[in-house]
Amino acid sequence: MRRTVLPVLAVVLAILALWYVAAIPMNIREVLTEAERAGAEVWGGTAPERQDRSAWALVVRNPDLAPAGWSQERPRLPAPHQVVRELYASTIGEEVFGRRGFVQTGEFSNRSLIYHAGVTLGATLVGFLIGAAAGVLLAVGIVHNRAMDMSVMPWAVISQTIPIVALAPMIIVVLNSMGVQGLLPKAIISAYLSFFPVVVGMVKGLRAPDQMQLDLMHTWSASGGETLRKLRLPASVPYLFASLKIAIAASLVGTIVGELPVQRGGLGARMLAGSYYGQTAQIWAALFMAAILAALLVWLMGWLERRTLRAMGVPA
Amino acid sequence: MTLVLLAVLLWIGAWALNGWLTRGTRHRVRAVRMAVPLIFGVTVLLVWELVVRGLGVPTAILPAPSRIGATFGANLPLLWGDFVQTILKGALSGLAIGVAAALVTAVLVDRFDVLRRGLLPVGSFMAALPIVGTAPILVMWFGFGWESKAAVVVLMVFFPMLVNTVAGLQDTTGMQRDLMRTYGAGYWPTLVKLRIPAALPFVFNGLKIASTLAMIGAIVAEFFGSPTQGIGFRISASNGQLALDMVWAAILVGALAGSAVYGIISLVERWVTFWHPSQRT
Repeated sequence: MRRTVLPVLAVVLAILALWYVAAIPMNIREVLTEAERAGAEVWGGTAPERQDRSAWALVVRNPDLAPAGWSQERPRLPAPHQVVRELYASTIGEEVFGRRGFVQTGEFSNRSLIYHAGVTLGATLVGFLIGAAAGVLLAVGIVHNRAMDMSVMPWAVISQTIPIVALAPMIIVVLNSMGVQGLLPKAIISAYLSFFPVVVGMVKGLRAPDQMQLDLMHTWSASGGETLRKLRLPASVPYLFASLKIAIAASLVGTIVGELPVQRGGLGARMLAGSYYGQTAQIWAALFMAAILAALLVWLMGWLERRTLRAMGVPA
Repeated sequence: MTLVLLAVLLWIGAWALNGWLTRGTRHRVRAVRMAVPLIFGVTVLLVWELVVRGLGVPTAILPAPSRIGATFGANLPLLWGDFVQTILKGALSGLAIGVAAALVTAVLVDRFDVLRRGLLPVGSFMAALPIVGTAPILVMWFGFGWESKAAVVVLMVFFPMLVNTVAGLQDTTGMQRDLMRTYGAGYWPTLVKLRIPAALPFVFNGLKIASTLAMIGAIVAEFFGSPTQGIGFRISASNGQLALDMVWAAILVGALAGSAVYGIISLVERWVTFWHPSQRT
């Protein structure tokens, strides 16, 4: 435990340190412009002249002003503590102390990241469940029907090389024009994205039993259904979970991209709104929320995997 | 209505044909192996065409494949510009930078055990995150040009590539390493002659994942801001005009480019790692 925790901690601290250092030159130009407006003495000439100078030179020659880059209103790169503050303000701050928060009104405020994460999570989970179920069904069909295998599998593999996410805005707009709104269009996209990894992984898993094991089932005169239930499905579980982890991450990406064209809540909508209005801290906070969500979902899959494998008696 | 009926009949017919082709030992013939997926693909396209015509589905909802093909053919110069902007400038330059950075980092991570224990968990954590979300930030930093798309691609491909390469560099047995030691080979000869070749199958696996991610990153980043060309721009602009035939044509460009890049990587893989069991047939 100690052997992994310490190095990971060191790497995370190094990333944070790099982040703080990088925030200074990234924000120096805006800092100097503001300081000049406030009447401070600024090295580097007028604003257009400063454009030609390197950011580091500006930092070194303006040592008193540079640290202001960690506390700007709308920084190009917000410092970690600014992101954390925004994250706190738009989750706990908004819900517990806000006028429209959960504590005051009994509903999640539509300005809080918890609300938007919930919107994204709902569509992701619905889509993931549909996609995974359809994927498993198709995989069973492929393993039992050679015509289906030979017709569909090459296309399933090719479709993985295609940037399917690009379809997202179109699906949203088309379904919108047909009167389907809300959670379902996003769920369809995330289902589509989680579908193919599950098919490919599951086919591999259902084919995992070797000829000896299949022959043994034959000698017991097991039917196709029994072989599927008692040999193929149990053998495919590790493969299934490996692809479910990929699939749930892909569904989340699909949902976030699907939220871009229609501004009706969700982390993707939050990011796009932030980028329209230059609210960098808001984008970063939404990004971190998405990261937390992804980590939780993948962890949940890993936990389910461990539970299932232990229940099946596989040594972990 | 007759067209829809025809579509149903065609579907049943093609299904029966494929069923007949794959029965018994016929499926071992090479021509049959090629024909079956093709028959399926062509059938899907024909059924799509017939249903769209038969039911009179408006182009604003689902254009017929023939219409998409016509739009594709009529706008070749425009789409070529999009291809150059998004794939050649954005995706491929980002892919090259990201992969190179990941390979160098992987060798370092492999050399220093502390780095491996520290960076690898962080790397595999990052590989699962929706990195596409950094697109609005990077577009803000690097402007609307292809540079910001390349930056998104670099971030997206770096971690999967790193995790795969590190796994590959460790895929040598103690016996093989001992053999190198008996030859008196130091760190560098062992790296170049044993461990990098052993890592190549993993590197190519990572490259295949990375190439798909690169396409996605370059296209999605354009949704956050782009010059007036590029596949992502074309999709979102034509989408706004409900010109769905153009949207599909742009997606076709992305699909062709994605498959082509994937195909090239597979060819190089077969040529470089011809010794690996998965390549021997």
